[in-house]
Amino acid sequence: MTLNGWLQILVFCGILIVLVKPLGAYMTRVFSGERTLLSPVLVPIERGLYTLAGTSEREEHHWTTYAFALLMFNLAGTLVLYFLLRLQDVLPLNPAGMPAVGPDLSFNTAISFVANTNWQSYGGESTMSYLSQMAGLAVQNFVSAATGMAIAIGLIRAFSRASGKAIGNFWVDMTRAVLYILLPICIVLTLVYVWLGVPQTFGPYIEATTLEGVKQTIAVGPVASQLAIKMLGTNGGGFFNANSAHPFENPDNISNMIQMLSIFAIGAAFTNVFGRMVGNQRQGWAILGAMGILFIIGVTVVYWAEASGNPIMHAMGLSGGNMEGKEVRFGIVMSSLFAVITTAASCGAVNAMHGSFTALGGLIPLINMQLGEVIVGGVGAGFYGIVLFIIIAIFVAGLMVGRTPEYLGKKIEAKEMKMAVLAILCLPLAMLVFTAISSVMPSAVASVGTGGPHGFSEIIYAYTSAAANNGSAFGGLTANTPWYNITLGLGMLMGRFLVIIPALAIAGSLIAKKTVPASVGTFPTDGGLFVGLLVGTILIVGGLTFFPALALGPIVEHLAMIAGQAF
Amino acid sequence: MSQAKSASILDSRILIPAIGAAFTKLNPRTLAKNPVMFVVATVSVLTTVLFLRDLIVGGDNLGFSFQLNLWLWFTVLFANFAEAVAEGRGKAQADSLRKARTETQAKLLTSGNGRDYKMVAGTSLKVGDIVLVEAGDIIPSDGEVIEGVASVNEAAITGESAPVIRESGGDRSAVTGGTQVLSDVIRVRITAAAGSTFIDRMISLVEGAQHRKTPNEIALNILLAGMTLIFVLATATIPSFASYAGGSIPVIVLVALFVTLIPTTIGALLSAIGIAGMDRLVRFNVLAMSGRAVEAAGDVDTLLLDKTGTITLGNRQATEFRPVRGVSEQELADAAQLASLADETPEGRSIVVLAKEKYAIRGRDMASLKATFVPFTAQTRMSGVDLDGSQIRKGAVEAVLAHVSGGTLPVAGNTALAASPQSQTVRELQSIAEEIAKAGGTPLAVARDGKLLGVIHLKDIVKGGIRDRFAELRKMGIRTVMITGDNPMTAAAIAAEAGVDDFLAQATPENKLSLIREEQAKGKLVAMCGDGTNDAPALAQADVGVAMNTGTVAAREAGNMVDLDSDPTKLIEIVEIGKQLLMTRGALTTFSIANDIAKYFAIIPAMFLAFYPQLGVLNIMGLATPQSAILSAIIFNALIIIALIPLSLKGVKYRAVGAGALLSRNLLIYGLGGIVVPFIGIKAIDVVITALGLA
Repeated sequence: MTLNGWLQILVFCGILIVLVKPLGAYMTRVFSGERTLLSPVLVPIERGLYTLAGTSEREEHHWTTYAFALLMFNLAGTLVLYFLLRLQDVLPLNPAGMPAVGPDLSFNTAISFVANTNWQSYGGESTMSYLSQMAGLAVQNFVSAATGMAIAIGLIRAFSRASGKAIGNFWVDMTRAVLYILLPICIVLTLVYVWLGVPQTFGPYIEATTLEGVKQTIAVGPVASQLAIKMLGTNGGGFFNANSAHPFENPDNISNMIQMLSIFAIGAAFTNVFGRMVGNQRQGWAILGAMGILFIIGVTVVYWAEASGNPIMHAMGLSGGNMEGKEVRFGIVMSSLFAVITTAASCGAVNAMHGSFTALGGLIPLINMQLGEVIVGGVGAGFYGIVLFIIIAIFVAGLMVGRTPEYLGKKIEAKEMKMAVLAILCLPLAMLVFTAISSVMPSAVASVGTGGPHGFSEIIYAYTSAAANNGSAFGGLTANTPWYNITLGLGMLMGRFLVIIPALAIAGSLIAKKTVPASVGTFPTDGGLFVGLLVGTILIVGGLTFFPALALGPIVEHLAMIAGQAF
Repeated sequence: MSQAKSASILDSRILIPAIGAAFTKLNPRTLAKNPVMFVVATVSVLTTVLFLRDLIVGGDNLGFSFQLNLWLWFTVLFANFAEAVAEGRGKAQADSLRKARTETQAKLLTSGNGRDYKMVAGTSLKVGDIVLVEAGDIIPSDGEVIEGVASVNEAAITGESAPVIRESGGDRSAVTGGTQVLSDVIRVRITAAAGSTFIDRMISLVEGAQHRKTPNEIALNILLAGMTLIFVLATATIPSFASYAGGSIPVIVLVALFVTLIPTTIGALLSAIGIAGMDRLVRFNVLAMSGRAVEAAGDVDTLLLDKTGTITLGNRQATEFRPVRGVSEQELADAAQLASLADETPEGRSIVVLAKEKYAIRGRDMASLKATFVPFTAQTRMSGVDLDGSQIRKGAVEAVLAHVSGGTLPVAGNTALAASPQSQTVRELQSIAEEIAKAGGTPLAVARDGKLLGVIHLKDIVKGGIRDRFAELRKMGIRTVMITGDNPMTAAAIAAEAGVDDFLAQATPENKLSLIREEQAKGKLVAMCGDGTNDAPALAQADVGVAMNTGTVAAREAGNMVDLDSDPTKLIEIVEIGKQLLMTRGALTTFSIANDIAKYFAIIPAMFLAFYPQLGVLNIMGLATPQSAILSAIIFNALIIIALIPLSLKGVKYRAVGAGALLSRNLLIYGLGGIVVPFIGIKAIDVVITALGLA
């Protein structure tokens, strides 16, 4: 580890913290329906859309209606995307002449993009037509992100409103998320990426003759626009197979920094939106503080592990850190930081191959996802994910102040507990059970690239990434088989919707409760004690579940590496 | 049932029957009420069957798996034992209550004249029957006195042997079945059928038979069940992970890991904590009608307290003599003392005491003074004394003024008092009286032979230490509101002196009720106590309504707690007990969950050592062998239940230091302690069992 490396990490954190307040303020105004700079242009469009959809911004719904609208919208999105992929060979905008995508891969990909996961069992430039990329995948990149934001806003309203029944209007929340937040920022970012050298064209792939006289096909396309939403919406699905390690998808350190910041920007700002809406920004900072501690721990471990490198290589006289699978233009620091960010948020874009990290360097991304991606997390998803942990933390520890536990004046009782437990339970269910089946199923084991504990890590990484809606891959695993496509698809569905429904149910239950005014007998949730408690709860409740599995994967691999054995 | 007789936790009369009960509670239907323990019992049955199979067909490590099985069963038995001990403490009290419920004969009135009766069994009485109870009779069932007044010995329920008065009409009309009438005759309308009387309810409450899960307990149980499920997933997937790595794990070891990981500690002690909480209230002579009420007590935000009896001593006391101009303090004190010599009211006595202490006027004998006492009447609103042809009167300011100006005193010479100086004196007296009232006191005017002497300052004496208690409540985050019939001015002065946060002056049942509703609309939980029938609506509306045992049936029915000592100050203790209950649950849950870290470090390396010897590094406790490691973890897991029984029965101590400080303290003890203690405990057990050669 070097001072220079840490300075780069500090610069990232610094810029992010500076972004939180203005973005939080803007988002608060947007979701409260207040006037913003863009209102003169967007309000007529917004109104038009509501009229078209037969709803109104004044109309608000009970949580069940909200959830139903959300589910139907996502179901429709899945079906449209599925058929778009199945029929891409006969649809326009297919200059490379890509064939139709197979049924299991289409199933997997449709769920993957609707669930904001962007798990890719395929290589983008060799599978998808421009139409599939733009009208299929990119559209879902926007609306799946907006879906997550809508849920988070519904949940925030449950805390900020003194009492009521309606948590908001899904259509309005989602429209505003896309129109006021995602689209404008993406337009700006696209232009910046183009300026930095990212291609944006409908033209066909370029045929080039190399110096050796070999013919080479260079894939291009509408990359910059895809890239902007891929990061901002924590989607992570690359235009190219190499994702953000590809020079066209991430040309230099400036584009790399912008990409990392845009992964975290909205998620981090959500804590501020929460603080503003409940009337105490410190509440938001406390949550971000807990996220920050876990993030810094992760970055430190990965950076240390990668910078320390592999003792086996050192013994061979190759000094220095572990550069395997990393781009030289990013180096160890920016690759380590990117890996932690992309798995802490549910992004899943990569600028280095996680499977080539040292065992401990690969352990942290795995843990980040297994904790439910609550360290900043996916847009909206990270916020409602951490609220589930807050509910558990407040419930257990809140009892120790001698009161029925309450968070921001809302009492945490049996119903909230039931829903929080359900939501937290579904992650180990999807991650561990599918891994357990796959690790004894010969056909599934055959997909594994490497033997030993590293191979086990590949399997558990895949299911963890799917259920956590991350989408990054460990590499090595040949996932484009019917078994993996289908089970990973199911994992993504469980990890997405079995968390969303309980989260909305919690919102519905809390919003109906009266807000108990705070007193000195109320446990303050905007201070260091709460931050520590939350970090402890996330690590113990979220992390201990996976300890046996991690012991058999990265931990044993690390110990073997020290002993001089590599896999 | 005095407060002093808190049974020791290590009382063998409780412990020995509890051991038996631990086995009878193995009944699956009983176990099913506790999801965590039910799961432990189920997996124990599974491993026992596997062990028996191995015993017959021959297997490896029989000694080891026998010990594991044994400790698995101990885990369940210890949990049952904890519950049985908690219940046992109540049973001792229930037994003494049962004695009071012995079969009684009742004199059921048969005719309207209230005299003819026939003897029937007490248990055959129905609600609405009217019975006659004479001196020496045991009151057959709960009821309301409809006629007569009697002194009643209620020692059977309150433990207090001094008799209390029960009379028809007022706020003292409720009688309890099983108590004994000592004098006079009363007619009682029965208000509770056999089996649902107050004593019956008390018995079932203290025995924990009616122990229904409270809302918070239900929520906690959901969390515990959820964590159990999570660990089912965590352990049930291990065999296939292991098989990928080319190894295998014996079922008994998996079960050991599973049982140590699930929150058995809190699962085992949860119901004991609840029963002990109710029990603590009973020891305070408070009966909670439901566990829900006890929990609500911990959540109370606003406490409504009656001024008289709770905040101030029941009686006012003389604190000062304020003479009008031209009269010396000594003269006023002398007259006031004479007027009060025969006055047996506490106020009267306090005047005599003040005169003696401050002006050294010693007591005089009424008879030797040939004085006649003029008692207080509602018409004159004055009392006093006539001696040597002189008349001394004291009373309410208006009454004395009317008496002086009205010239009702037929004493010659008084007419000499000119109108103008007289009116000046009146004005002076009135201004003194107003000053006293403003300070929260009650002015009592004194006149001798139609001449105004001055005013006695009677003061509401705020109970010693009450100010500190309110400060303590404020630190708990509880707002106190004083309820009084006084005028706002007086109320404000007393409120300031007592240190309450707010007051409701000129309180009526209606504005009391609306105050409660107002607070509740703000999301607050309100506690209050009351005794009269007119308190019933407010008691019912309050989240925690403590009815005084001396109160009316209506009040007792409306409240969700009854204070047998009829001490309104107890509301404060009730709140503390409620908080203690919730805190104990939270503390043991935190401890239980935090324990998991050490257990993982004990079992995971032991489990995988055969095929991944590298994982031996994780054996940071340096446990001797894989078998001793697993055995130590499961033994620790079982023994910690026993070790924590005293804590769960006594409860975590509540300190009024503010939520933040309280939480960091408890987190340090039960959170950090929960992480560290098992590391030490498991290591110690490992050393012992290795030395004993058990593993």
